[in-house]
Amino acid sequence: MQSLPPFPEKPLHPYELTSYTGRKFAQAFHIFCRGCGYGAIGQLFCRIFKDDNVDETLYPFIVGVGCYSALPLALPGRSLMTPHGRTLAVATGIKLANPKLTPICIAGDGDNLAIGTNHFVQACRRNIGIILVMLHNNIYGMTGGQVAPTTPMGMRASTATYGYLEPEFDPVALALTAGATYVARWTTGHPRQFMKSIRKAMQWKGFSFIDMISQCPTYFGRNNDMGEPIDVFNWIKGNSIPIEKTKGMSEEELKGKFVIGEFRESPQKELSEKYIELIQTLRSRSKGK
Amino acid sequence: MSDYNYDYDLPSKPYVWMGNEALVEGALAAGCRFFAGYPITPQNEVPERMSERLPKLGGRFIQMEDEMASISAVVGASFAGLKAMTSTSGPGFSLMQEIMSWAASIEVPMVVADVQRTGPGAGIVNLPHHSDIIQAHYGGNGEYPVIAYAPASCQELFDFSIDAFNDADAYRTPVVIFSDSLLGHIHEKVIVPPLEELKKRVIPRKLVAYEEDGKTPLPRNKYITFTSFDKKAKTYKITIPPNIATNYFPEWLPAVTHSAQAIASEYQEAAEIEVYNLNNKIGEKVIKVQEYMTADADVAIICYGLPFRSALRAVKLARAEGIKAGLFRLVTVWPFPRKAVRELSQKVKKLLVPEINIGQIVIWVEAAVEDGTKVEAIPAISRLHEPQELLDKLKEAVH
Repeated sequence: MQSLPPFPEKPLHPYELTSYTGRKFAQAFHIFCRGCGYGAIGQLFCRIFKDDNVDETLYPFIVGVGCYSALPLALPGRSLMTPHGRTLAVATGIKLANPKLTPICIAGDGDNLAIGTNHFVQACRRNIGIILVMLHNNIYGMTGGQVAPTTPMGMRASTATYGYLEPEFDPVALALTAGATYVARWTTGHPRQFMKSIRKAMQWKGFSFIDMISQCPTYFGRNNDMGEPIDVFNWIKGNSIPIEKTKGMSEEELKGKFVIGEFRESPQKELSEKYIELIQTLRSRSKGK
Repeated sequence: MSDYNYDYDLPSKPYVWMGNEALVEGALAAGCRFFAGYPITPQNEVPERMSERLPKLGGRFIQMEDEMASISAVVGASFAGLKAMTSTSGPGFSLMQEIMSWAASIEVPMVVADVQRTGPGAGIVNLPHHSDIIQAHYGGNGEYPVIAYAPASCQELFDFSIDAFNDADAYRTPVVIFSDSLLGHIHEKVIVPPLEELKKRVIPRKLVAYEEDGKTPLPRNKYITFTSFDKKAKTYKITIPPNIATNYFPEWLPAVTHSAQAIASEYQEAAEIEVYNLNNKIGEKVIKVQEYMTADADVAIICYGLPFRSALRAVKLARAEGIKAGLFRLVTVWPFPRKAVRELSQKVKKLLVPEINIGQIVIWVEAAVEDGTKVEAIPAISRLHEPQELLDKLKEAVH
């Protein structure tokens, strides 16, 4: 049994009592490693939920399996944890069954680009009203730093001791090809832009995909000569280029860079809306008989 | 309870339906309003009819990208408050085991219809084979309960579907309906009862839990998310499933080992409590069996699903010849009626277990028998037993 430090007399932070642990223990905490980006991402959600006074019954979090399975500790509202890779499939059922809800899926790069890629591609294609935030940390953190589909080629991991031989996945290109209607990418170095994107996605009718690049100092950094927590953060921030600045840049120049920004905003009809319309048409037709 | 809006739309009369269609209509009559599936022979008529019928009833149909996605969507829809089901066949059923295990651990009511075909591997798609009986219970990781129905006619597919949905909600656990490619494709008469009668049989999904007086709505802080053991009354308390859009839904519903209050835990004690609660909550009340002429029997047949029809004929023929034969049928294969089988074994000299597989339930029968009564498996691979074949075995047993 771990004994927690005594409760402070008043909240130290304006968003202290918004998260799960804040509400439960009057003190916000998370269980991520030193320097991990996930705690910050949880707090960004707390800010949005508190500042906008979001009705938490309408925006359930659907969380997959990875380090971020412990993210609900730092999240506002309510979360449902699903088996590895199945976040989007579960959220599809929720959205279709109750179109008033907009599930916010939190999935990792392994969750979403390895075991659950099919669900990801199909959810983009269906244009169902789900928000997918993909936590992109280039590694399988929870299991001990194994190589992920997003590990940059040549980088090391615990199952790629001599450097990864395969080229990495570009989730944004995949989402665009599969037909997602809102696609953005930010990093933990761009919290305000990320919050703006989430706010937009919460009002968006259709599938929205936000690729959130986050640092993993414990496994990714340590294996790749970035020992200090801030090193990976700086590596990500230093390698990110806003999409506006990439015009005229060659593929060679963009190699190893993270292009950030909003990639697509093209409203299309949402699936559950179409289904409700179908039900209404069938009902009016049977009444007409 | 009787004032809810019951909106099943077929008039009461006899219909001629294929087994798969009777299954669909039974599910719809039970209040199923969500179906997610993936094409696999021999269950294709199920999603086909669902896609036509569900939107008319205000329900939702979706064809997902694979079986894992289908059953995951069913779990999601169940959390969102709809009675939901999926259907599949052997190879798809094995893909679903991951979510079956998860759904059982977080106590989601749902129904999975398994229209079984020959295995292993891709097997033969259009021959019946009860190959998934053990898999339904022990296919997923961990130890969890299932309730499994084994109908033997189209009318039973209709009726047991209603029971399956009722049990899923009452016990908060996945319920399996075992059909097979023969039963799924037989065309038979099915009588749809009057709507008033159907309405009485169906238990609607509850959104609000009540205190013990049955009137006062239970406040959030008194609601316990999962099954708990009431030490005073020595009973398991099964609450209503939490709807994701109501305040009963916990802040964090973990997929890992958890307490009844939905607190994730890594302590051994928590695992012990959860595993016992899950596996003991169902009890014996849910078990349904049918007995025919077992009171004075010397030899009895134990069966489930389609072989019941051959066995009934064989027992009748045997009785006409003066052989004291009896029939014991498992309507619910899981949970296994260990006690009833033991009592039966004390009455008879020999038990015959015809199954459309090399013998999956016979192992359980052997384990239930205590006093040395002989148990004989009568396997049939990808075919239904002939009544004559069973009659010969009955004769052999008494001589």
